[in-house]
Amino acid sequence: MTALIAQAEPLVRWDWIGRHLGPIRTQFAQHVELTVIAVGIGLAISIPLAVFAYRNRRAYAPITWVAGLLYTMPSLALFALISPFLGFTTLTAEIGLVSYTLLILIRNIVAGLIGVPDDVKEAAVGMGYTRRQLLVRVELPLALPVIVAGIRIATVTTIGLVTVTALIGKGGLGHFILEGKDQSFPTEILLGAVLSVLFAVAADWTLIGAQRLLTPWSRAARVRAFGR
Amino acid sequence: MITLEHVSKRFPGQRSPAVTDLSLEIDRGETVCLVGPSGCGKTTTMRMINRLIEPTSGSIVVDGREVMQQDPVALRRGIGYVIQSIGLLPHRTIAQNIATVPKLIGWEDDRIASRLEELREIFQLDPELMNRYPSELSGGQRQRVGVARALAVDPPVMLMDEPFAAVDPIIRARLQDQFLEIQERLKKTIVFVTHDIDEAIKMADRIAIMNVGGVVEQFAPPEEILRTPANQFVERFVGAERGLKRLALISVSEIEVQEGPVVSPEAGAEEARREMQRFGFDWTSVVDGGEMLGWVDASALDGRTRVSEATPRRFSAAVTPRSSLRQALDSIVTSQTNVAVVLDDGQRYLGILTLEHISKEIIA
Repeated sequence: MTALIAQAEPLVRWDWIGRHLGPIRTQFAQHVELTVIAVGIGLAISIPLAVFAYRNRRAYAPITWVAGLLYTMPSLALFALISPFLGFTTLTAEIGLVSYTLLILIRNIVAGLIGVPDDVKEAAVGMGYTRRQLLVRVELPLALPVIVAGIRIATVTTIGLVTVTALIGKGGLGHFILEGKDQSFPTEILLGAVLSVLFAVAADWTLIGAQRLLTPWSRAARVRAFGR
Repeated sequence: MITLEHVSKRFPGQRSPAVTDLSLEIDRGETVCLVGPSGCGKTTTMRMINRLIEPTSGSIVVDGREVMQQDPVALRRGIGYVIQSIGLLPHRTIAQNIATVPKLIGWEDDRIASRLEELREIFQLDPELMNRYPSELSGGQRQRVGVARALAVDPPVMLMDEPFAAVDPIIRARLQDQFLEIQERLKKTIVFVTHDIDEAIKMADRIAIMNVGGVVEQFAPPEEILRTPANQFVERFVGAERGLKRLALISVSEIEVQEGPVVSPEAGAEEARREMQRFGFDWTSVVDGGEMLGWVDASALDGRTRVSEATPRRFSAAVTPRSSLRQALDSIVTSQTNVAVVLDDGQRYLGILTLEHISKEIIA
């Protein structure tokens, strides 16, 4: 950074941004796409695993152990390990990104399911819900606030992590950060970082809003709690 | 309607069985309370009826069909089920909660809507409550919704596990009264689990007093259990005030009222004094053509020639034939005359009850 300032390069060259709106849009779209696919596939894998772990508590420890191993592995090392086999592809990027969502998602889904009150489950079974109806109509909806909390963390984490995939030729907004670093051009570094943060904040708010819409009953409970 | 024959339940890893060789015959339209200390297997027994728990041995027949040969899900949909904490679905509105079983068995929307309206009226639920969530209701309201939900498809059998235990005593009494009224009309076959003997006495047609290990110590109408406890366990469980509790179950109409001193307002003072003497009292009722005016005592007649010259004093408390003997007793001990006056609903005089008379009647 000191070198950059010494060269009297301005922090942001607005004219450069104005001339590169096209590529910015493309990279941003790629960033969104990589994130949505990662969290989506992460959920698709986590929900059945979490439900299995919830019903067979002995499976919980091994499942979270594997997910935890993936979570603790340095992302750089993970991409370095996979890319020789799968190349610099979206698949390589997504394998890494999905891996990092699993631990958070599985833990939150299981916690959400465990948090469903026993009396509600007992009453539901006593009224004649099948196991599947109980899961889909009672347990998962009631676990939703905790599950969404997990999705929020996973999403925000993934948005940050997507920038790292610039190293294997993907990266969305990470592309600008890497290029800016290589060319000692602060405008690009800032552009990538700021847009990535804004995207993370927007995604988080969107998820909060979605949860409010999907769980009107918890709002009712809050209003009542404050009203008293 | 419900027959349990030699039913036993042993949970894995437990030394003694939770229920041992239990046989019980529950008639159609009757409310049976299973009551006993914790660990007596009353809830286990109830939960075996809808197969939330499966018996280790024995047979349970509901409405002519062995439960173990039925699909448990279908069985449960046909039996109303209420638990202590109610377990309303927090993410469903009150209307949706009540409509749970109708939806599960695929009723048409129209039919569900009209049934909801019916239940709303039976349980006196405010229309605006129907679109609220359970967290917005009071404990008493939730309790009523829980019972309404259990009755949604009009099942012939209801299982109720301490349904009123979670609310305060005043609301509990109101819910019990309301439920008794509804049951009077609906005539469901009800298995009602409680640890509260007073609740059992109030709600039950018959009470099964259970001991640890699911042993039935006595299975009889409340009045009989209070009058002749089968053994020491039952006697201890029924507790103190057994006589008083029994009085609460017998109505005034079940015993003969006594004749008491009565004069008309036109009677002379001398005649009134003779009437008092005849019963050994120092007061007499004043009754005009059957209508109770009150009572006068001997001193009020001093210096007077006719009863009508004295103002009759009102009885502070009178009882009707529908009152319980316990209410009559209360009236006796709080009145200045030491008797309970029995009037019919039209305030017409029927007679009196004294302490000696009541105790003689219930010992017989």
